[in-house]
Amino acid sequence: MPGKLKAKIVAGRHLPVMDRASDLTDAFVEVKFGNTTFKTDVYPKSLNPQWNSEWFKFEVDDEDLQDEPLQITVLDHDTYSANDAIGKVYIDIDPLLSSEAATVISGWFPIYDTIHGIRGEINVLVKVDLFNDLNRFRQSSCGVKFFCTTSIPRCYRAVMVHGFVEELVVNEDPEYQWIDRIRTPRASNEARQRLISLMSGELQRKIGLKVLEMGGNAVVGYLQCFDLEGESGLVVRAIGTACTLDKISNTYAPASAINPCNSSPSKDTKDSPQAVPSALGCRSTHSSPVHSASSRLSQGFSVSVPTLLFAGMGSGGSAGKEAGPLKALLRQQTQSALEQREFPFFTLTSFPAGFLLHVGGVVSARSVKLLDRIHNPALGNTRSYKLLDWNSFTADEPETRDAWWEEIRQEIKSHAKALGCHAVVGYSESTSICEEVCILSASGTAAVLSSRFMQDGALDMDHRFEDLAPPGCGFCHIPYDELNMPFPAQLTYCHCCRRFKVPDVLFTTIDLPTEANVTGKGCLIQARLCRTKKKAQGEGNATAISNLLPFLEYELHTQLMNKLKLRSMNALFGLRIQISIGENMLLGLASATGVYLTPLPSPGGIQIAGKTPSDITYEQHISNMQKKINDTIAKNKELYEVNPPELVEEVIGSPIPEPRQRSRLFRSHSESSDEVSELDLSHGKKDAFVLEIDDTDAVEDIHSLLTDAPTPPGFYSCNTEIMPGIYNWTSALQMFTSVRVFRLSNVNLTNQGLNKVFNDLCENLLKSLYFKLRSMVPCCLCHLNFTVAVPEDELIQVAVTAVAMSFDKEQTLENGRQSCDKTLMKAITENEEQLQFPLELTAESSSNPLSSAKGLSEVSGALPSARAPSVDYSSFTDRCSSWIEQLRLKAHTIRRGSIKTMSSLEKASPLPEGRSRSLRSNRSYAGGSVAVVKMTPLSFIPGTKIIKYLGIINMFFIRETTSLREEGGVSGFLHSFIAEVFAMVRAHVAALGGNAVVSYSMKECVFMENPNKNQAQCLINVSGDAVIFVRESELEATPPQPQSASTQTSSSGEGT
Amino acid sequence: MTMELDVFVGNTTIIDEEVYQLWLDGFSVADAVKMRLENGALGECEVSGEVLHSDTMDQYRTFQMCERLLHCPSKLANQLLFQIPAHHQAMLIERYYEFDHMFAREVLGKKLSKGTKKDLDDISSKTGIALKSCRRQFDNFKRVFKVVEELKGPLAENVQHHFLLSDLLAKDYAAVVFFANSRFETGKKKLQYLSFQDFAFCACQLISYWTVGAVDNMMDDMDVDLEKEFLHDLKDLKVLVNDKDMLDQHKSLVCSQLRGRIRVFTEMEANFKNLSRALINIASKLTNTKDVRDLFIDLVEKFIEPCRSDKWTAGDLTLFLTHYTSTASTLETFRYQVIWERYMGVVKSCILKMYHD
Repeated sequence: MPGKLKAKIVAGRHLPVMDRASDLTDAFVEVKFGNTTFKTDVYPKSLNPQWNSEWFKFEVDDEDLQDEPLQITVLDHDTYSANDAIGKVYIDIDPLLSSEAATVISGWFPIYDTIHGIRGEINVLVKVDLFNDLNRFRQSSCGVKFFCTTSIPRCYRAVMVHGFVEELVVNEDPEYQWIDRIRTPRASNEARQRLISLMSGELQRKIGLKVLEMGGNAVVGYLQCFDLEGESGLVVRAIGTACTLDKISNTYAPASAINPCNSSPSKDTKDSPQAVPSALGCRSTHSSPVHSASSRLSQGFSVSVPTLLFAGMGSGGSAGKEAGPLKALLRQQTQSALEQREFPFFTLTSFPAGFLLHVGGVVSARSVKLLDRIHNPALGNTRSYKLLDWNSFTADEPETRDAWWEEIRQEIKSHAKALGCHAVVGYSESTSICEEVCILSASGTAAVLSSRFMQDGALDMDHRFEDLAPPGCGFCHIPYDELNMPFPAQLTYCHCCRRFKVPDVLFTTIDLPTEANVTGKGCLIQARLCRTKKKAQGEGNATAISNLLPFLEYELHTQLMNKLKLRSMNALFGLRIQISIGENMLLGLASATGVYLTPLPSPGGIQIAGKTPSDITYEQHISNMQKKINDTIAKNKELYEVNPPELVEEVIGSPIPEPRQRSRLFRSHSESSDEVSELDLSHGKKDAFVLEIDDTDAVEDIHSLLTDAPTPPGFYSCNTEIMPGIYNWTSALQMFTSVRVFRLSNVNLTNQGLNKVFNDLCENLLKSLYFKLRSMVPCCLCHLNFTVAVPEDELIQVAVTAVAMSFDKEQTLENGRQSCDKTLMKAITENEEQLQFPLELTAESSSNPLSSAKGLSEVSGALPSARAPSVDYSSFTDRCSSWIEQLRLKAHTIRRGSIKTMSSLEKASPLPEGRSRSLRSNRSYAGGSVAVVKMTPLSFIPGTKIIKYLGIINMFFIRETTSLREEGGVSGFLHSFIAEVFAMVRAHVAALGGNAVVSYSMKECVFMENPNKNQAQCLINVSGDAVIFVRESELEATPPQPQSASTQTSSSGEGT
Repeated sequence: MTMELDVFVGNTTIIDEEVYQLWLDGFSVADAVKMRLENGALGECEVSGEVLHSDTMDQYRTFQMCERLLHCPSKLANQLLFQIPAHHQAMLIERYYEFDHMFAREVLGKKLSKGTKKDLDDISSKTGIALKSCRRQFDNFKRVFKVVEELKGPLAENVQHHFLLSDLLAKDYAAVVFFANSRFETGKKKLQYLSFQDFAFCACQLISYWTVGAVDNMMDDMDVDLEKEFLHDLKDLKVLVNDKDMLDQHKSLVCSQLRGRIRVFTEMEANFKNLSRALINIASKLTNTKDVRDLFIDLVEKFIEPCRSDKWTAGDLTLFLTHYTSTASTLETFRYQVIWERYMGVVKSCILKMYHD
């Protein structure tokens, strides 16, 4: 019995009118945890009730604390009929269970109803008293920290990286239960929300246990996903990287060397890219056979699809040098550390310095499965009764999704081995489900890691190796043996150190290492593909899909290569290939950030060749196209500042590629399913990249190459954390989500037609984003994350979440830049101060009998001193905000002055805030205004330092409407839902005392509509890490007093 | 092939002021897109109509969602749904409550009731302001009226506190509320030449000097009503025209002051008694609600028109009114200086404001 959960309901505000007669509401609150429920008194006839309840105490197991959310229901009391629900708030208690995270949850939460959306707000206080539990055999894993961030979190130091942890939980989907036919949509949605909340809690707890077993204390790169398998159930699965983290005690010391992902990107410039060029290549193998359905599988169908390995390409080189033995040694050594692990996988995408030694290339595996009813192995477990009471379960042979994923992971592991790597980094898993067919995908980057952060690593060896491999190019050096290459590749000597071999092209799923030598800037590169598919059922459908997959992957790969060359770049980072299945089509979207890695050879151009050179007009056409392409390449070189100094190219020991091999691929091979086949994607050596335009595919390729609109001036884009070549970020930040659904009215579309539609959809979306964010120029869209889906027959859905960050145009010397950065930051923070200051006074003056005139004079007296004389205020902002505050101030005096003034507005006066302020001493929220919470998909906020991680945010919402037209149609419906989700995330973060969410992502956005019935439903799952950040400028000013610093930040919100 | 759904939501709500204005002005999305294209304000970013349409739709949706909050501006600051920077909040509120003076002129003094709302399409076609915009402005008037009608204290400040408006706008609202409350006649043909600003100025004068709040703003009374006691006392001013001696004395004092200083001296001399009688009559009748309503039409008919027909200049009028007021105070038998000055101060400035073509 190791915990006591305490909750207090303080007040409500902006409640909806529940009683039409009086235009008021008689609200009360039910607080539920597990099976215990408490109620507050009814606060009659008010839209702003002040319950100010006692502390409700729940004595519970820590296991429950981890699994269960605190459930708060606001109801309208009705004497004669059933009480009407106004809405609910689910609060995840987990952040309170770790001693280092938040200590109290306190703040205004939006009251959410799955049918009506947000309906007012409620002020809640939650605390947990944990008792020490010495029981070794416990089921809970309290205290294990979870991070969505895929790097070592900013204020921690990695002591040890233990490795891969995974878990999945399955259950029946309440939406598909028999009872759903008789219960209301609201009840069904709530059952689903609650179930998923429970399942995520359980999942997290189980993963936590695994981490404790491994001796770790944290999970980094925690990725949790839902598979809504419909009839066959609901799967919640998660992967992550177990670590032992040490809190860096002095958060104010310069970031330790262990942590390369420094919060100030400005520091990155120190190793500013030096230019040295070189040659290129790519290759892939379709190595894995289609596995026949294993006899153990009750599903009856299961196919694993050939997989691509993206690494260097070209023709085989040989000449090995002294690097050979050393590598062998290294491999031996780290192997020992990794061999004990079943899956040497890491979900991290950026690493402590010296951890990532070499990168082999992308490894990925896909498997097509037929879904069947899940037989929950957890059902024998005593806890399952809690989920929902289903009698339909029979503890059958536990054939679970586990086995499927295991298969895939094994495949990935073997691919990595083939690349001479013993580990996979930047690892992720995903699914796409359509009816009963499911594609499971996994991808990562094969890599060689140092044993430094692993058990029994021999440190001295590491150092020796590190000495040999310079940090800026070391990771590019091939991990495999030149003499015994897994595939033919064109190798050159590294253009930086000239000692080791590098491939001609490098594809990875990780972020660009901060120390990498890069020439110029990077850019987003997308390959988009749409393929029609015949409608089919069951096994036939699955076979059809698995037959199409290799082509899809091959073509995506070709597109990526072409586009990369068109931009004169030689490496891709953050590669993410998403394949989505629909009834009658397959969508493929590959996104990555292209860069020019200095150590790698410079890519050749693209040549177009006609097959029938007899016709003059045809020749002309070709030469025109060739010219266009060359022009584009030249333009891109300028745009992305890719101008490596010319070097004499030396291709070592690579046999001259046979001409035939250049742009040919062996398609027939890829279709064979039972033997290991190799799909040679090599397009020949440098300058030999030939597109034959007789080939319809090639026409398409060229088309898509040339239709990509260039980004408008002032804009850059990437899908990774940082944009190479841009360092001087300002603090202007705009996170956004954009969703589009496109209806294909023409059913009989050809592949080309479909492709064009899909391509246009993505391009137009990007154009719209650039237009909307034009005020932020110069800016970069970072972490531009596209998700595609085929929700219905003729619908294509594209969702994007990204952050736009402004930067200073002048790439001046570091000193000048930093100082100007600072003034800018100062300007902003001071603006905040100005805004915050009078607010505080306002709240205080309400209890202070002195007139507000004093407060005002104080404000005006205090301001100039806080303000740096040189700061350039945006005058309008300034005027308005101060002016609004003054108004508020005055409003207060008025209220105080007049005795019996009572209007409905008066009741909404910020009294509740005043209360809560006094309740939580360490946090001061300005009365009346809402603290600003920043959100970003990145793991950092430019110009700031994250001083505390408050816990993981993992929320799942369902919204449904039966009055779609009245809510502004599908767009209106989704617009308000997304806004509501943001609001709820912000509220939770603020209640934890945080002022930002980092590593935010929208992992699921399932939208369904039925316009004929005037109905729509949407499910959204978001996650991220709640943090407290402080501006770096403030840090310098304040002496290291973590406590006071954190208080300061939480009270200072800022506007972007 | 159609875009079924298209949304963009930022963590910080993006607000395009230009689009906001178009929305406020009651343009449809299609018209707004056209205007934006024509304006060419998009400058160097070359965008297609498609992109503009999508952006405009998004913005319009955002505004529609915000509208509910704008009805109660103090809510905008502590709602959680939209994260809007303070300066944008202020802009949203200010612009939402801004109104066309042409429109305000039309409804000035009318009862803010459903009946008037039905006439909005007439006003719309008369003024050329979109009906949607007229409705918003009318609803704003009504909303502000409802909230401040029962409140004590200075009217403009009350408006400002509850609706977080700028000084100027709050004052204009005070005028609208004041006129709607007292139902001053402004619609007569003879008053058509007067603009909203003219009336707003007069309202401001009336509020500042003739209401209870004008004397003592801590009094437990409202700023929207004229002070009854004062109106009653105005009857005493009759002595200025009823007492023959006083009238003559007054006239001679004014004449001696003005001789040679105004061009229309002879006309003034001839008309003095009529003009004086007109002003005093207006004052003495103000105890009747009906006559209060007719204040402006009376001023125009009884005073301004005679002056105008005699071709008085504004300067003439200023001099005349100044001395007309000041000399009365020097009359030995006149005992109502305070009331007189309070009355004439306002009447003088109102007349001067209203004296134009």
